[in-house]
Amino acid sequence: MATPKKLPATDVVVVGLGWAGSIIAKELADEGLNVMGFERGPWRDTAVDFNLASATDELRYNRRQELMLRTKQNTCTMRNTPAETALPMRDWGSFHPGNGTGGAGNHWAGITFRFQPTEFRLASYLQERYGKEVPAELTLQDWGTTWEEMEPHYDAFERLAGVSGKAGNLNGTVVEGGNPFEGARSREYPNPPTAQTYAPTLFAEAARNLGYKPFPVPSALASQAYTNQYGVTMGPCTFCGFCTNYGCANYSKASAIVNVLPALIRKPNFTAKTNAEVLKVTLDSTGKKATGIIYVDANGDQFEQPAEIVVVAAFIFENVRLMLLSGVGQPYDPVTNTGTTGRNYAYQTANSVRMFFDDKNFNPFIGGGAIGMGIDEFNNDNFDHAGLGFVGGGSTRVTPIGAAPIDSRPVPPGTPAWGSQWKKATVENYASSMSIGCEASSYSKRTNYLSLDPNYTDPHGRPLLRITFDFPENDLRMAEYCTNKVAEIAKSMNPRAFFPSPRKGPWANTSYQSSHIVGGFIMGADPKNSSVNKHLQVWGVPNLFVVGSSAFPQNPGYNPTGTVGALAFKAADAIRRLYLKRPGEMISV
Amino acid sequence: MTDKSKGFTRRQILVSSAASLAVGAAASAKAATVAGTPGWIPFDHNGPMHYDTPGWQFFTAEEAREVEAIVERLIPADDLSVSGKDAGCAVFIDRQLAGEYGTFARLYREGPFTPGTPAQADQSPLVPQERYRIGLAALGKYCQAQFQKPFSGLEGEQRDKVLTDLEKGAITLEGIDAQFFFQQVLGNTMEGFFADPIYGGNRDMVSWKMIGFPGARYDYRDYIALHNQKLDLVPLSIIGSSAWNKKG
Ligand SMILES: Cc1cc2nc3c(=O)[nH]c(=O)nc-3n(C[C@H](O)[C@H](O)[C@H](O)COP(=O)(O)OP(=O)(O)OC[C@H]3O[C@@H](n4cnc5c(N)ncnc54)[C@H](O)[C@@H]3O)c2cc1C
Ligand code: SF4
Repeated sequence: MATPKKLPATDVVVVGLGWAGSIIAKELADEGLNVMGFERGPWRDTAVDFNLASATDELRYNRRQELMLRTKQNTCTMRNTPAETALPMRDWGSFHPGNGTGGAGNHWAGITFRFQPTEFRLASYLQERYGKEVPAELTLQDWGTTWEEMEPHYDAFERLAGVSGKAGNLNGTVVEGGNPFEGARSREYPNPPTAQTYAPTLFAEAARNLGYKPFPVPSALASQAYTNQYGVTMGPCTFCGFCTNYGCANYSKASAIVNVLPALIRKPNFTAKTNAEVLKVTLDSTGKKATGIIYVDANGDQFEQPAEIVVVAAFIFENVRLMLLSGVGQPYDPVTNTGTTGRNYAYQTANSVRMFFDDKNFNPFIGGGAIGMGIDEFNNDNFDHAGLGFVGGGSTRVTPIGAAPIDSRPVPPGTPAWGSQWKKATVENYASSMSIGCEASSYSKRTNYLSLDPNYTDPHGRPLLRITFDFPENDLRMAEYCTNKVAEIAKSMNPRAFFPSPRKGPWANTSYQSSHIVGGFIMGADPKNSSVNKHLQVWGVPNLFVVGSSAFPQNPGYNPTGTVGALAFKAADAIRRLYLKRPGEMISV
Repeated sequence: MTDKSKGFTRRQILVSSAASLAVGAAASAKAATVAGTPGWIPFDHNGPMHYDTPGWQFFTAEEAREVEAIVERLIPADDLSVSGKDAGCAVFIDRQLAGEYGTFARLYREGPFTPGTPAQADQSPLVPQERYRIGLAALGKYCQAQFQKPFSGLEGEQRDKVLTDLEKGAITLEGIDAQFFFQQVLGNTMEGFFADPIYGGNRDMVSWKMIGFPGARYDYRDYIALHNQKLDLVPLSIIGSSAWNKKG
């Protein structure tokens, strides 16, 4: 292959212009640095891409996955155990990675939780509380940071995204109507909760009757017009129901293309290169300094872009693959339990209970990805696990995302899949069924990891990323327990019938579960078992930062993006306050 | 484009704007540099498609007849709706197969192809065009051998029996797994019945009227607080053109 053409150097290169990359690019451009953002997909813009004439197209967006990365361009291979041969995910099923500016944050659902204070020291905390009872199969780790260090950055992301919600703990005082299990927050949410449809309202009533404390799900779908700290304005959500897997035509669902890029692209010291796929991070001969990146444009021409600081924010899969392909960190080996790149890969354990009523009309087409009510009594360590044989739990909630009918036509199990009986059941149940979800924790174990695939390559001839994953026994036991608890609430609502679906193994690419994928380049206090320090700075390569859910050592029972956004602000803050004054390792061990 | 009565179709807008405006990030094949205020090109790369051209685009006339005979039983005419055939499901499938979906043009198609575990999902080396071409031929062969007639020559109940046997895997087809073929056709039929009419199925928004889905509406602020009430909202399609309402 011809030597890539070398371009003039810049201060900062950011790989990936989704949530994490756009935030860091903006923060560093505000610092006066020259920043270049590289994005493998197209430039996306609400007016062009998500206009009303095509935004409601279920076939295009939900079925044909218009906004998602084409697997032809890049995919992963998957297997459940190290003994199997991994095969490519030819079509996305289990999750829906993004492409183009805004990344997966264009077609996300917008549920914006913070993690709890104990999560950041989970391994230590559970050890202290349960000792030997913590299942030995798990490889939980602390994050090397604390709630106190995270809180200001959560706050910054909530302001940025205009999150609508109700505080449950303001500076240590529990507030009625919010989530009493959340960590102490310094301020109320920037926007009040959104309106609610019937199903979450009914659920909240039932939960309250059972003694639980329901709260509005924190939502990046704006409840009112809102202008953020970058001066960008969102419009109020209209509950259109074409939200998860779609882009928003109203500037109501927070994303990098709504909340960051309109301000960033106007800055003279920022340039975005789109349709530009980064192939690797280049290192100098010592391997201790990143010199820039190599990228390829859509014509197949390669270029080298030198930079003083390289930030990789390309979503977990490509974060980890780029590190493996660039030779950053030692690849993780589950047999010897050595190496850090690829370790502690985890997911989310998705459970639900579906209910069918005779006498209710939920108007299920009204809604949005993060319109709903939840409870947290069965999440994480909010209940006593002594004697239960597992740790972890899930966020229980009802969030009607809309009901476009190619995919959303619930009928009771056992109904024929076609013919007149099918049609009758479809009509009868379309508006009178609802479901309670329980998005639960996914804890790391030794044989769940990421590595380069030995058999399958991308269009540039480079190995695909290989996922080896199955649900730990711990998580399956947790799923069973929590789903039973949720089923008790369902039962109290007096449906004609209800059907609990606790997650069962094996993990499969056959149906959508969530795009909450974590680990593989995790943060921590010790370079022996982590890849980045608490500033998201790569151990041993101090001018390289890798940001995203790849940094999570395990996944609690919450959606990840609030924390991804907070980590992006955290890394930018460390670069601005510490690194630029004294470039080098910000933490020495 | 056949429907000239309505002036510009979306497709024409798409073509003319792409021709007259050659700039902009998405229109370019190269890496695009975006700085300042990005250009705005209406319907640049995702304008809605009209599928109102007459005739079959992928199926032969014979294949089309067989597919219509299938979708007519998967979604039978009854007091709830017209049949899948009259709703345009076969037209929908034909247009999908003629487009990028038909060859899985966006998907990873590198070998080796091996069946793998159920968890590893669809690993078939066949793309949808081949699935239909091979499956329909094999179904025809099976019906000729059993009944000395094509599938479309069978009575309704006989057709249902064959479809049930395909669904259960009680029939062996030549060149394609019977259950796999059945699920492919069933999945696409449901897509056609419930998708926006812009793709050729769901004529007159028949399925949306049937279940009470209001379609391409985008603002429910006035309705969200009306809990447990039947709203009877008239459905809308992406383009409210009369072109959708014509048969054939
Ligand atoms: C359907 C769906 C629903 C979701 N719902 C929720 C929710 O309710 N709550 C929640 O918290 N989270 C949710 N998520 C997850 C959320 O979208 C992600 O956590 C978030 O987008 C991650 O941000 P990121 O910046 O790390 O990655 P992304 O947003 O994916 O951005 C990464 C960018 O990097 C680009 N890129 C990748 N590789 C390269 C390369 N080699 N060169 C150049 N560019 C590259 C990609 O194209 C992409 O634009 C959802 C996701 C999906 C798909
Ligand atoms: S539900 Fe609200 S935020 Fe989501 S796409 Fe519709 S208008 Fe936008």
